[in-house]
Amino acid sequence: MLLAVIVNRAAMALVTLAGVAVIVFVLLRVVPGDPVAMMISPGAGPADIAALKAHYGLDAPLLTQFWIWINGVVTGDFGTSITLHVYVTDVLASRLPATIELALMALFVAVVLGGSIAVVGTLLRRTPGEAAIDGLNSILLAVPDFIWALALVLLFAVAIPVLPLTGRIDPALAKGFHTRFYLAESILTGRFAVAGNILSHMTMPTLALALPLAAVIVRLLKQSLKEAMVQDYVLLARIKGFRELRLVLQEALRNAVGPTLALTGVQFTFLVGGTVIVERIFAYPGIGNLAIDAVINRDFPLIQGLVLLFGLIFILINIAVDLMVASLNPRLRHA
Amino acid sequence: MEHWSLASKASAPDSDPQPPSVGARLASDPKVVCAGGFIVILIVLAVGAPLIAPQDPLAQNLLMATVPPAGFAGSEPGFLLGTDGLGRDVLSRVIFGSRVSLTVAFVAAGLACLIGSVLGLMAGYLGYVVDMLISWLVDVWMSFPPVLLSILLIAVIGTGLHSVIAAIVIIDWTRFCRVVRTETRSQAQMDYVVAARTIGFSRPAILFREIFPNVVPVLIALLTLEMGIAVVVEAILSFVGLSVSSDTPTWGGMIAEGRQIVHEAWWVLAAPLAALFATVVAFNQLGDGLARSLDPVLRR
Repeated sequence: MLLAVIVNRAAMALVTLAGVAVIVFVLLRVVPGDPVAMMISPGAGPADIAALKAHYGLDAPLLTQFWIWINGVVTGDFGTSITLHVYVTDVLASRLPATIELALMALFVAVVLGGSIAVVGTLLRRTPGEAAIDGLNSILLAVPDFIWALALVLLFAVAIPVLPLTGRIDPALAKGFHTRFYLAESILTGRFAVAGNILSHMTMPTLALALPLAAVIVRLLKQSLKEAMVQDYVLLARIKGFRELRLVLQEALRNAVGPTLALTGVQFTFLVGGTVIVERIFAYPGIGNLAIDAVINRDFPLIQGLVLLFGLIFILINIAVDLMVASLNPRLRHA
Repeated sequence: MEHWSLASKASAPDSDPQPPSVGARLASDPKVVCAGGFIVILIVLAVGAPLIAPQDPLAQNLLMATVPPAGFAGSEPGFLLGTDGLGRDVLSRVIFGSRVSLTVAFVAAGLACLIGSVLGLMAGYLGYVVDMLISWLVDVWMSFPPVLLSILLIAVIGTGLHSVIAAIVIIDWTRFCRVVRTETRSQAQMDYVVAARTIGFSRPAILFREIFPNVVPVLIALLTLEMGIAVVVEAILSFVGLSVSSDTPTWGGMIAEGRQIVHEAWWVLAAPLAALFATVVAFNQLGDGLARSLDPVLRR
């Protein structure tokens, strides 16, 4: 059954990606605005422009361009970035790990934070404490990552200047890495001072991305927990004399977590989307920040590569969510 | 045919004690009153900006650069919220900035609502092929993550206020379409629609005079929430310089400038950020309150 889900999803993913590829390609070719105009120096003549167009393959017919491009994509070659003058694949590969570390860290923080508050709220149900959590959360639900990020800048960079405002790591420490997964590598190789430096850089962007998701988790999980707490099996456990915290964590949580997991997966795609602006605010060198530069510079090959990469990430997240939900649902698992 | 509607008659039961009217219910919800009041004040500020703003929002005075807000050491009279790096009055710029934010909120959300509702009504009421086509379109559309779509759109249609509005409409009409379609479908099953059909009302008459008024409550709440989203999207695009040109004051643009000089003049960032925060929360709370007061299911 799980295998069927995977195969089905993978097939759909391929179709979607192909669609995205075609749409992106066509959209970017029909626009007014010549990418070559961005590159030429003021003294360039028509011959130089033609040479440049030929160099980037922009002089060929649209279908030929698409054929060349799609052939490249299949073999992992997205062309050369017009502004950075390096292979798109190389740029993406060097920037992606930073975004992966940030997004996963934010997901982790959101789940831990949202989960704990939901449990506390359930323990405090029908008290002023629950009302306070609900009231605060209804406001937090409205606040997007963009506002969080800037509020954190005001708080931790100006009012209590304890955190670095920009970047991913102190440049002096960014040496001797074998991979681009700086945080994971520094922890695995035991360079904890470096890891600490990276974490201090990641704190603000992580919180900005995690807090909106945490608010969503609090609302849904607390609702499910409260519903579970009045079920018979919880009553039975209570009669057995289990403490309230154990009732929530061991009895209710296991049965209440399903819907929240599914929603968290969907919301995680929004979180990944949010990296675009949050990375920008903190000058964090990931693919989100790169995407804004690519749009501002009309760097078509890079935009195409980025859109496909984001598309792939979203699809992978959705597949992972489906698999998780399927494997948690006993009826699906054993069918 | 007279101007009476079966729907309104059907929805006024005479057995129960008269429930409080929608207006009374809204007026007694502190959320709705506070949030609605804030937005009304904001609209007044935006419309009357030239009369209300204490200074010219574009007037530079380099001798008065980065003056702190009133109450802080070094503040100057006449600059309640201080000045920015070019000596422009922050308060006046925040007031003028509300114009772009509200324009985008109302125009973009309104257009998205209009397009989404018309398609949603058609899909929900006509059914069959139309429904299949529109629903398929919505599904495909929604599988495109909003960030991707907005990056692509801005890359394609270029920057500026019109592009921002177009991008929001193109991305978010689906929210309205999906909700309106579902609502229309469930309304179309109701007895009053069957009755109207039996009497011989034409299809457009049933759709717009009978069904649509019953979809409106859901739509209003959704529209209000969408306005909050539109305000944030505009601020983000202004922040990265993809919205209106930099000589028009916008909250996003001010935030970007304030972010650059945050260590020297935190108020240049704090003031527009506070305005943005309050506006977003207000639209959201108003939408929540409206949804609860207007939605017959949530109301119970």
